[in-house]
Amino acid sequence: MTTIQLPSPGAIPDTIEGRPASDNYLTHTRGILSWIFTLDHKRIGVMYMWSVLGAFLLGGTFALLLRTELLTPGPTITASADTYNQWFTLHGAIMVFLVIIPSIPAALGNIILPIMLGAKDVAFPRLNLFSYYLWVTGAVLCVVSLAMGGFDTGWTFYTPYSTTTTAGGVIPVLTAAFVLGFSSIFTGLNFIVTVHKLRPPGMTWFRMPLFLWAIYATAIIQVLATPVLGITLLLLIVERTVNIGIFNPSMGGDPVLYQHFFWFYSHPAVYIMILPAMGIISEIIAINSHRAIFGYRLIAFSSIAIAFFSFIVWGHHMFTSGQSALMNTLFSAISFSVAIPSAVKVFNWIATLYKGSVSLTTPMWYALSFLFLFTIGGLTGLHLATLSTDVHLHDTYFVVAHFHYVMMGSALIGMIGGLHHWWPKIFGRMYDERLGTIACWIIFIGFNVTFFTQFMLGSQGMPRRYYDYQPEFQVYHVISTIGSYIMAVGFTLTAISLFGSFFNGKKAPANPWGGRSLEWQCASPPPFDNFAKAPRVGDCYDFSVVHWDPKLGGYRVDESNDPEVNPAAQGTKAAH
Amino acid sequence: MSQTIANTHTTHADQAHGHDDHAHGHDPHVAHHFDSMAQQFDSAKLGIWLFLATEILFFGGLFVAYAILRMRNPEVFSYASHYLDTIMGGINTCVLILSSLTMALAVRCAQTNRRGGLIVCLVLTFMGAIGFLVIKYFEYTHKFHDNLVWGSSFYVPPHDAEGHAEAMALKTAPVAATAIVVKDPTLFAIPDLAAKPAVDVSAVKSASVGPSGMARANGTPAPEQAAAPAPGKLEEAHPGTHLEDTKLPPNTHLFFAIYYCMTGLHGIHVVAGMGIIAWLTWRAVRGDFSSKNFTAVDTGGLYWHIVDLIWIFLFPLFYLIH
Repeated sequence: MTTIQLPSPGAIPDTIEGRPASDNYLTHTRGILSWIFTLDHKRIGVMYMWSVLGAFLLGGTFALLLRTELLTPGPTITASADTYNQWFTLHGAIMVFLVIIPSIPAALGNIILPIMLGAKDVAFPRLNLFSYYLWVTGAVLCVVSLAMGGFDTGWTFYTPYSTTTTAGGVIPVLTAAFVLGFSSIFTGLNFIVTVHKLRPPGMTWFRMPLFLWAIYATAIIQVLATPVLGITLLLLIVERTVNIGIFNPSMGGDPVLYQHFFWFYSHPAVYIMILPAMGIISEIIAINSHRAIFGYRLIAFSSIAIAFFSFIVWGHHMFTSGQSALMNTLFSAISFSVAIPSAVKVFNWIATLYKGSVSLTTPMWYALSFLFLFTIGGLTGLHLATLSTDVHLHDTYFVVAHFHYVMMGSALIGMIGGLHHWWPKIFGRMYDERLGTIACWIIFIGFNVTFFTQFMLGSQGMPRRYYDYQPEFQVYHVISTIGSYIMAVGFTLTAISLFGSFFNGKKAPANPWGGRSLEWQCASPPPFDNFAKAPRVGDCYDFSVVHWDPKLGGYRVDESNDPEVNPAAQGTKAAH
Repeated sequence: MSQTIANTHTTHADQAHGHDDHAHGHDPHVAHHFDSMAQQFDSAKLGIWLFLATEILFFGGLFVAYAILRMRNPEVFSYASHYLDTIMGGINTCVLILSSLTMALAVRCAQTNRRGGLIVCLVLTFMGAIGFLVIKYFEYTHKFHDNLVWGSSFYVPPHDAEGHAEAMALKTAPVAATAIVVKDPTLFAIPDLAAKPAVDVSAVKSASVGPSGMARANGTPAPEQAAAPAPGKLEEAHPGTHLEDTKLPPNTHLFFAIYYCMTGLHGIHVVAGMGIIAWLTWRAVRGDFSSKNFTAVDTGGLYWHIVDLIWIFLFPLFYLIH
């Protein structure tokens, strides 16, 4: 009754599930048009992935320009402070709106979620393709805004500066963020409906892998928070074009209202970035410890709890904006409580590692980096949630370091880890693991050199977004810049190891890491319709049935002792 | 538990098997990734409800902005609300509620295989949307004519260039005749606004609307008394002459800013709804819908209802403040 036809013993099988092994989603149809108009979630995910990685390269280039400029006080590579302002704005806007928010849900989530769930596609494939083209439109509008004179508002577009600056590209970039918001909403909407309605029989809520719980929680935030950003940006566009005065104090409006609106979205957006990474880490740690995840339900519920808390803490970005003391106190207290579900996850991951038989694969190194960096990022968040220390640290490099530890050290490292985890599944090729591991270490070291230094800079009073600084800060800036170069080397090596897999990588087995969830039970790369027959859903964290098979070069799931599969085994069990 | 899972699994596998063999009649309306029409319908329903939730939040930002502006400037809202035409707003509310009814009937017709009724109901709904937008057009035109606009241009007199004033007066005369009752032409003249900043006083003095303005444009000097009407008459002044009102609270433009933002965004949604209804009508004429396949009518209808519902909140919030 086993419906999953495992590859028969002996190297690479000629046929998988009755089809030629070479027939997968990448080769099923050919030609550029078959990609442009594809409705296949995997292809849309792959297009997202390349686009996001391209945007990451661009955002990273701006980061390097910023760090290089800050090597010396005063002019270093550009004599214009305004150019520097445009660089950091572009770096922030690209990284937030074009890279981190879509990276895990839209790229990896699109590829993996339906397969992991046992579905043939997402609920609305056309909407899925539409949201990809909305992303492309947003990216094009960013380029248009550059051509129209750029923008120097910071990625937060605070009023009244954003409504009065003479930079020509503000309206295109606001439109870009608006469009990207809808891309994100439609992705989230698609995933919620998919998780609710397309689960095959047997895939109950509490059999879902934790990555799906994380994506589900993320999707809820995407759907409920992003519309508010949409209307805020629309109001800002109207304010800038026809001067309605709603955010303008000289006309009876209120600039702090803009900040409330903006952070009502943008704080939950922080969890749109981090939650899916936490889902990836749950998968990587459980699979590479070859041990059932510790506290499955707690991790699942903590994702939902984080999604809930994310909506009621936005005011902690505005402690110095003149909010009432009562509001500040409340927002501070609620912000502390976000630490609880986050810590629940970290403790559960560590408990999973404990007495597990850990395989130090490349994705696992990224997961361990995540644990370390997320802990630092999370704990320094508490300094900023504390009212008195925040007044000192507000808008300093301490904040920059904190959110880079969370956004980059956690969300992006999680994304790169997930990329390594599912790369063999997506492209059917193994990358050079040794090179990948070395690259991970270099990124980890470079990251800490860059950003730990900024904690010190910030606590000594170096404000963020400044082109110039006091000479006594230079030593920290130089260390931080060197760290960013180290990271650039690390990412280059990562790219070499991943792209190298296309040229000299060996064919990936269906299950290279020993996973139990459904995506590891279909071929690598998956067939175009994921599952010719409905898959059998087992306990996705029961690794006792996963065995290494040297003939396959990977793992194989042997459920012959499972009474659900083999009633005879149940008889034996009953006899005991 | 385990037995149940195994059983349901068998069913599913059998379905999938049948699907592959095309042994059973395959419903062409069911997309390949759904197992059944019911699953597809449920997904579409959940999808549209989620989308409606995003719409509520999208407008929610504007409702919050409204609440905050009104809380800070209660006098502006109770004052400026008088300038809105309650009759027209009321008619529009009725038009939209009726179009919601015809939309609900359209869904019912689709469910009961009445193609003719479906087409009639969809066309009636479309007419309702047109009716709403036409009335809204007259309201907006009237407001623009009286310079009831957003931002700093609110304090700029309606027609500061003589030739322009004439053209505007002539162009909008029929509208004004139907929408307002002109009691005394002299009341349309603009008084001395030296106290108001950002106003070109000389332009204000020379410009006027209506018969006297036209007379001046024709070469006749404007009547002197028109420039300074008696204070007693000001209180009876027509809403169009807001600049003469001595009780004009500061920042009155904020009311109109949020009014145009909210009703404008709502209007865009009405236009989008018209597109959806037109598409549904086209498909209904083609004969796509039946009791087995009415998902699109149902979801389109839900969208139309939310557009109506938002208006039902907008109407009292703007028109019925006093």
